[in-house]
Amino acid sequence: MSARAEIFSNIRRSLGVEGAERLRVQAVEDRLERAPKGVIPERGQLDAEGRGALFQKQAEAVQATVARLASAEEVPAAIAGFLRDSNLPAKIRIGSDALLSGMDWGATAIEVRKGPSDGHDAVAVSHALAGIAETGTLVLTSGQDNPTTLNFLPDTHIVVLRGADIAGDYEAVWSKLRRTHGKGVMPRTVNYVTGPSRSADIEQKLQLGAHGPRRLHILILAD
Amino acid sequence: MSVHSTSHDFKGNAHRALGNEKLQQAMGFVRVGFIEKRAAAAGRLPEFEALRDSAREIKTHTLKHLDLYLDRYEQRVVEAGGKVHYARDAAEARALILDICKSVDARIVTKGKSMVAEEIGLNAHLEANGLTPVETDLGEYIIQLRNEMPSHIIAPAVHVTQDQVEKEFRRVHTHLDPQRDLSEPSSLLAEARGVLRDRFLTADVGITGANFLIAETGTSVIVTNEGNGDLTQTLPKVHIVIASIEKVVPTLEDVSQILRVLARSATGQEMSVYTTFSTGPRRMSDPDGPEQYHVVILDNGRSAMLGGAFEDMLRCIRCGACMNHCPVYHSIGGHAYGWVYPGPMGAVLTPSLIGVEKSGHLPNASTLCGRCESVCPMRIPLPKMMRRWREREFERHLTPAVVRTSLGAWAFLARRPRLYNLAMRPAIWAMAKLGARKGRFSFLPLAGGWTKYRDLAAPEGETFQAKWKRTRQAR
Repeated sequence: MSARAEIFSNIRRSLGVEGAERLRVQAVEDRLERAPKGVIPERGQLDAEGRGALFQKQAEAVQATVARLASAEEVPAAIAGFLRDSNLPAKIRIGSDALLSGMDWGATAIEVRKGPSDGHDAVAVSHALAGIAETGTLVLTSGQDNPTTLNFLPDTHIVVLRGADIAGDYEAVWSKLRRTHGKGVMPRTVNYVTGPSRSADIEQKLQLGAHGPRRLHILILAD
Repeated sequence: MSVHSTSHDFKGNAHRALGNEKLQQAMGFVRVGFIEKRAAAAGRLPEFEALRDSAREIKTHTLKHLDLYLDRYEQRVVEAGGKVHYARDAAEARALILDICKSVDARIVTKGKSMVAEEIGLNAHLEANGLTPVETDLGEYIIQLRNEMPSHIIAPAVHVTQDQVEKEFRRVHTHLDPQRDLSEPSSLLAEARGVLRDRFLTADVGITGANFLIAETGTSVIVTNEGNGDLTQTLPKVHIVIASIEKVVPTLEDVSQILRVLARSATGQEMSVYTTFSTGPRRMSDPDGPEQYHVVILDNGRSAMLGGAFEDMLRCIRCGACMNHCPVYHSIGGHAYGWVYPGPMGAVLTPSLIGVEKSGHLPNASTLCGRCESVCPMRIPLPKMMRRWREREFERHLTPAVVRTSLGAWAFLARRPRLYNLAMRPAIWAMAKLGARKGRFSFLPLAGGWTKYRDLAAPEGETFQAKWKRTRQAR
């Protein structure tokens, strides 16, 4: 008997079932179809303004920095200023995201490189699919627009987030993904990012910048 | 055969742990931090207790339908272009993983933190076959250098002090300046980051565990704070996930419920830094990500736990709260438990996986104080199950003769209240007389092992029952 067949047969014997009993199959299909939400914390159930404020508070509580901008047009200048203030080189890496690509980087001294990171970039800029107010969490999805390597290899990660994309809870993001990708289908990678990388593996003392970015800077666009 | 166990020598292990000064120093950091942080995080979320109930229900439902959810999970992985392999035991899992590594002529294999990989003794097997496995979680990296097992399921190097880490780094990182300053945790972390970054970029295969497998979408989920798991699975051309059968949950909503209790119970964070959902290999238009995506699903004794006395244990999400709150774990650390899983969850799981005859001491190493159950996010009745193992051990005549005889004598008395009173009164009276001066005993015949580490308070002269009777009459 194959390992698979034996494991499945052991599971069924232990549970005392045949496997495809109608009620069992129905219970499973029903749960997968309905995807019941369970307990959703009150905390994130706010209007758009409240969600933005909670997102910022929670992200800052986990050592991310947050700046608010009126619109996408302000992003290049804001990033140039951030890099200058942080003593970082005026070089960034981005994917082919339409929002980021469409920005007037030429108006600044920033050198923009495109595509995935090979580990030699100090700063990357991504456009998040969503933010989650409940815990100050960013949601980024893989693909050409925002390559996954940009989220982890550079020392500094700057993330542009539209205020309108800040949801109250995780469940709202899953609904959004189902609308764009179809039910049961996911992008190759969905990254939930809550603050910059850290470790407390040495004597339980918290240190930032373990393997991922040491700094996470979030730009929230009002428009 | 899973990784070697020394659980049969728990008493010796515990004895040595109590006398180990470095270990006792390191365990001091566990006793405070974790407990306060968890309490604060749980306190900030009014729905925390309701979420614990919700999380428990999800896992209970899933386990009752595990065959069907596993089947759906597999179907979805295949649709996304991934491969699913099944392993009955540790040897099969090791062989499957080695085969995948060999199929791409792998030399360097980076690893995210995985307790299941520890369980199957993966690193030793890869090394024996000429590969170089590199642990990338800082704690796991430290214990790999020290050639040890993790002593905690989420903080594997919790037993190691900072100066011991420094010593190890100086011994191994000989390409770096011997005069460098490593006196701060931040400099140690920076050094590990630099050394491991090269490994990430040159690895051929990346192996991670999985906190969850989602049936709805064929997705594996990892939760980390360092980002090492993501570099492990994103950069090499092959990503292998190793997970045990009970990691499956039905939907994205279900996993979200459990995530809300996981980090809060584990480290007191609202959410871990990186929660990553991976589905299949790199797509046509993806500029990065692995070309191959494999999932190795391990049974290793778990299917036999379903439907039985220890099924509840399969709800465990490996947060470590039970050991963070365990007075026995605080005293002896994780290695004394002698196998992969320490603390209360290990005391229940280890006998299920390697047999109670090899690990019967573990469920006995508990005061049954109940703190573990009170903080378990999945509400696993750990003390009840430890008692159940003790019963099984007794039934199978695995308990030592002295214990059996004493228990028998006690039971004989306990079932005969008059005789019990008759025997206890003079004994208590005599102990009260003998201990009256100091108010405690620092030595007792037949209990030397107990009084070696603590004193027994002397009784005050009458039995509880006598006192009860007297005060009731007085009222």
